This record gives sequence, structure tokens and C-alpha cells, in this order.
Amino acid sequence: MTSLERHNLRLGLLFVSPWILGFLVFTLYPVAASIFFSFCDYDVLSAPVWVGGMNYRDMLTDQVFWKSLYNTLFFSVLALPLGLILALLLAILLNQPVRCRGAFRAIFFLPSLVPMVAGAMVWLWILNGKLGLLNQFLATLGMQHPPQWLSDPIWTKPSLVLMGLWGVGNTVVIYLASLQDVPQSLYEAAEIDGASAWTRLRHVTLPMISPVIYFNLIMGIIGTLQTFASAYVMFNGGGPNRSALFYAVYLYQNAFEFRQMGYACAMAWLLFLLILGLTWLATRLTQKHVFYST
Amino acid sequence: MKSLRLVLLVLACLFCGAGCGQRVDERTPDGRVIVSYWEKWTGFELDAMQGVVDDFNRSQPRIEVRLLPVSPIDVKIMLATAGGNPPDLAGLWSFSVPDFAEKGALTPISSALRRTGITREQFIPLFWDLCGYRGFQWAVPVAPASLALHYNRALFREAGLDPDKPPQSIAELEALNEKLTLVDVTRTGQVMRLAYCQLTPEERQARKFALVRVGHLPQEPGSFLDLMGAWFGGSLSDSKGRITADAPGNLAAFRWFRDTTQKYGVENLRNFGASGGGLASAQNPFLCGRVAMELQGVWMHNFIEKYAPDLDWGVAPFPAADPVAGKDTTLVESDVLVIPRGARHAEEAFEFMAYLCRRGPAEKLAVGQHKFTALRDVSPDFYARHPNPHIREFVRLANSPQARAVPRLSIWREYQEELRVAAGNALWLVTPPEVALAQVQQRVAWRWERAQARWDRVAEKREKEWQQRDLP
Repeated sequence: MTSLERHNLRLGLLFVSPWILGFLVFTLYPVAASIFFSFCDYDVLSAPVWVGGMNYRDMLTDQVFWKSLYNTLFFSVLALPLGLILALLLAILLNQPVRCRGAFRAIFFLPSLVPMVAGAMVWLWILNGKLGLLNQFLATLGMQHPPQWLSDPIWTKPSLVLMGLWGVGNTVVIYLASLQDVPQSLYEAAEIDGASAWTRLRHVTLPMISPVIYFNLIMGIIGTLQTFASAYVMFNGGGPNRSALFYAVYLYQNAFEFRQMGYACAMAWLLFLLILGLTWLATRLTQKHVFYST
Repeated sequence: MKSLRLVLLVLACLFCGAGCGQRVDERTPDGRVIVSYWEKWTGFELDAMQGVVDDFNRSQPRIEVRLLPVSPIDVKIMLATAGGNPPDLAGLWSFSVPDFAEKGALTPISSALRRTGITREQFIPLFWDLCGYRGFQWAVPVAPASLALHYNRALFREAGLDPDKPPQSIAELEALNEKLTLVDVTRTGQVMRLAYCQLTPEERQARKFALVRVGHLPQEPGSFLDLMGAWFGGSLSDSKGRITADAPGNLAAFRWFRDTTQKYGVENLRNFGASGGGLASAQNPFLCGRVAMELQGVWMHNFIEKYAPDLDWGVAPFPAADPVAGKDTTLVESDVLVIPRGARHAEEAFEFMAYLCRRGPAEKLAVGQHKFTALRDVSPDFYARHPNPHIREFVRLANSPQARAVPRLSIWREYQEELRVAAGNALWLVTPPEVALAQVQQRVAWRWERAQARWDRVAEKREKEWQQRDLP
């Protein structure tokens, strides 16, 4: 390494040092500390006391932990495919050459700009069992007993899914960008070969945007398993029979309301491992179906 | 070289920023010690406290208390204390004292109270006791509250009932309930509005009606479902601090929830509940005459005054299942002032606490916040000055031998959460009451065992610390 290169390296390191410092102090240290705390009885206010694997063992017998995990997985299984499919359909529609296409795109993107808490407050009214817009609409369709979205344990998770679907604008934009990247020549060739619209979608569009679908799938797995704000605002404490108590909400309760930070750290690490495992699984399962043109 | 200087400047700023976490000894330009005070209230309650703070600041030349509303205060206090940078004074709830004290987050003030001649005798005993834990005093009670039955006198008259005779027992409450509850029911093809007591046995059995107005429902407002066992002779912990969630009285309360739901029907009750507004709104079912009787605290007057000033309302002890043994049963709670551990101006903060234990400031705060004082004696004109026409009844109930508070347990938040879920499950017929309470008992006993093990590990050290840190 020449003296100029060494000088440049020093300067470069100095320039990135604020980020490195921030990363070490605000990310790496808390993450490393949380591993240690997960093996401790720690209430934040007193010094942590080493308890070995007690927090992890407690999780095995903690019924609320299992319920929160079940709720989260149930929600993810419902919300993730629905969100991906709806976003893709909307993106395909918004990619069609129609009048006011820009306006439509803006309209579908707008909800994702609404802050989560504000959106949740609005949805509390939309989903109100008696006066809510949704049930009023269902009543006009002749439904005698529309669902009690917020007070019936069966409907609390679907109501959150519904709310989540309202905010698919971000995913739509990502799909749109990828749809516009699909070479027109492929469509033209397919058309010449007599491919129908469905065949073109199935054999041209989907393979060409498969890396983006894969990306959205991975981000979706991470996002849905960490769902917090909407569930916390709409069902403070988990809703009826803890039917909307999500993993992240229970983790928060343990950390900041019950002051069981050690237990919360153990939960956080388990969630990390769960997400890691599912991401790996999704990668393995989709490996053969993701097409990278390069 | 220029770039190097720039980078160093950025780093210097970062380190300075980090250094700002450590507060300097703050004083006003005229040399008064600044006491930082975090309070949970906003709105008129904060204004009332600000008025008292201003009086205190004017009353002496040495200290300036600066009030800051903070939410959610318990979490912020916990984090600020753990970070070694807490305020000098904080307004918590009395149920938080055991948890915060046990975890070493508060400064004991027993000696300081003794030194300044502030004693238990000056207070309504229950409120003083709520500020003590494991042999030390940790807080002073300010602006307490008690619960009572609030009832709509106009609806009583409309139903042909005597508004001066509120129910004396749960059985009477249920009897009045049937007269006050209005339903829409279809008879011979026509929708008719009738009192529940006018329904035929078949109509009651079928539950094919819509609730228009109810006399009383346990879930309206539902804030105290977890604590209703008190009116059935139940207790949530025994004298030895053991968890007694499944005590017969608590079970009786949960069965009452279940019976009420079975009587009116899940669907009808859900529809009725969904059509009401929040507590602080004109659509509050009690304020708009859709609920005739409900258990509420002394604060309810604020909302009545604001949203339904013409409401003709009364206050009475909430009836107990046993009208003799449970006469004048109520639940009490109090706002308290505490000094977090590590407060830099603990002595000055205590001066403000002591100031609020005087009758004048305590009454000014009580009148401003529409509550009462924790002091045993009040000024002769206190009740006349107070905006709540029923304030005397709340004070009487707080002094009753049947006045109770939530268990003095460091895991109360978890316990309450479990009770809340179980009460909801019993109420909505998700789980039989016996099962719901057995689950609470099992889970909370487990958590309590853990908390006790934790305490056993630190008890000796912690008690020594408390003796050393007890504010002189």
C-alpha cells in the first residue's frame, strides 16, 4: 500500500467513523448485550442476575407466549400471501396504459403515507361493529349479522389483515418499477407466438419480476412477524381473549410494562432465529423459481 | 487537512452530544435550584398542578419547580432512572409504588417525613399506607380518588323509580336494571319499545331484541371488571401476600358477568357496546342516557360538566352482593409524588412534596383537579368550594372500613392484565368463570414465585441501600 493509499484509507475511515461509532454504540453493543440479558433476570433498574436458560425454559411453559406466537404466525400466513397477490394485481392494473394512470397510482400509494397510528385510529371506526362503514356496507348487501371485527376474537386478526391490505402501496410501487423493467421484446415475441394475456403473465411477467417477488416475500416475512403498531393501537393489551396479542406486543409488554427485560430479550432472540429460519426456508423453496436475467 | 478537521469537528460534536446526557447543576439566573418535575397529567389536571407549582415557586426564594407533562410516565421514569438521569420529582400512581420501590427506582423518604413532622395521623390512613412498602415510605399521596355508583336520576323517574333510592345490593341493582333497560322487540310484525321486565319469558329466552338502553352492565364502562370481586367479598391477595385470584368472592363476580351476558345475549351486548363513544366524549353511554347506572370514579364529574352539564345525576355507594358486610365498599387509588433514585435535588424536591401535604395547597389541587385530598381534615369551606356536588360522598367512602386498594404487589401490572383477560373471557362466555380464574391463579402464582425469588436474591442488599439512601 502506497503512502497515498494509506492516507486515503485513513481519511475514508475517519469519514465513516461517525457511522462506525454509531453502529458500535447504538446497534452492536445493544445486540450483544441483549444476548447476555436473555440469560439473566433483568428488570432494567437493577443489575442483571445470571439465571442460565431459565428465560428460554419459561417460554416453553408460558401459554401467553405460545398464543402470541400462534397469533403472529396466523396473521402472517393470512396477510403475507394476500398482500403479495393484491399488490401484484394492483401493480399490473396500474401498469396498463389508461387515462389518469398517474392519479390512480397516487391514490393507491397514498394510504401507505398515513402514519400507522393515525391509520389504526381511522380503522377503529371503519371496523366498529355497529356504526362502522364496513358493517354498514355489509348490511346494505343484506348481511343480517355482520362480523364484530373488534370485539369478537375470531375477527380481530382478519381485521388487522384488512387494515394491512389497505397499506400495500409501497409494495405496489416496487412491483410497478419491476414491471416497467420487463423488456417489451419478450412480450412482442410471445404475442407473435400466439401467447394469451394469461400465458404472457405466467411465462414472461412473473419470471422476469421473480427477484422482486422474492424480495417482497422476504421483507413481508420480516415485517409481518414483527407487526406491532397497528395491533398495539387497535387492541391495547391484545384484544378479546388475547386474540390480537402479537409476538412483538407481548415482547414489549414484558420489557416495558412487566419489567421482565431478560425474558423480553430471550423472546427477541427467538424471534430473530425464527425470522432467520423462515427466510432461509423461503430462499431454499424459491431458489429454482427466481430468475435473474444477468 | 481540511477534510480531517471537518471529520474531527463531527466527532467532537458527537462526543459533546453524548456528554449532554449528564445534566449540570441547573439553577435559575437568580440562583434558585431548579427541580425538574415530571407529571402524567395533561389538560385541566396539569393546569391545576401548575397553579400549585407557581404558588410554591412564589412562596420561597430558594427553589423553582419546573413541571413537565410526560407520557407514558412509568416507562419514561423507568428508563430515565436506569439511565442515571431521572427528574427530581415524579407523579406516579400509588399502585406503581411497590414495583418501583422493590426494584430500587425510588428514594425512601421515611426520615424526611419524620423530620418535617408529616405523619400518618394527618392522612386518611389507607392513602398513607399506599405510599409505604417493605417498612419505608416512598411517596406522598396527592389527589386521591374513590369509586361509587353514578346514576341517572331522570331515567329513574322515567322508569317510575324513586331517584333517592339507589340500589342497596346487587340483587336490587339487577331488579332496577330490568325496569331501566329498554329493548326494541318485534311483536306481531311490529317493532315495540319495552322495558326488559315487560318481555314475556319466551322473548327473554329467545333474546331476539335490540338493547336501546341499559340499567346497568358490568362492562359499562368496564374499567374495573378485574376488581369487581371486592363487591362480592373477594380479595386478590391475602394477609400473607399470597395470590387469591380464585377466591369465592372473585368467582361470584365473574359468575355475575357470565349471567348478565347470558341474560341479554352476546350479540345484543356487542351491538350495544359498539354503538357507544369513549369515556371522554359526548357519546359516552352514561352521559347520553343510554346507561342508567355505572361504577365510576370521582373524575366522572369532569366529563359530566363538560359533555352533559344538564344531566340530573346522583352518587351512591356501589351496591355489594351482601348489603350488610359489603356496605360502603369502594376502591381507592391515589396520585403520588415520588423522588426517583439518582435525583440530583432530592432535598429540594422533598420540600415541594411537604408543601403539597399542607391543607391549603392540597385543597387547591383537589378543587382544581375535581378530586379530594388525602388529608384527614379539610377546611370548613372545602366542600362548598368544590365543583363536584357529590364530593362529600366520595370522601366518606374513602374513609369507609370497606375501602380497599389493589394488592400491594410488585407484579400488580401483570396480575391486572391476567384478570382483565380472564374477566373478558368470563363475560363473553369464552371460558367458564371457574376456569378463567383458575388460569389467572396459576399464571400469577408462577410469576409471583419468580418475583419473590428475585427479591430474595437482593433483599438484604436492597434494604441496606434503602437505609443508607433514606432522605434525611
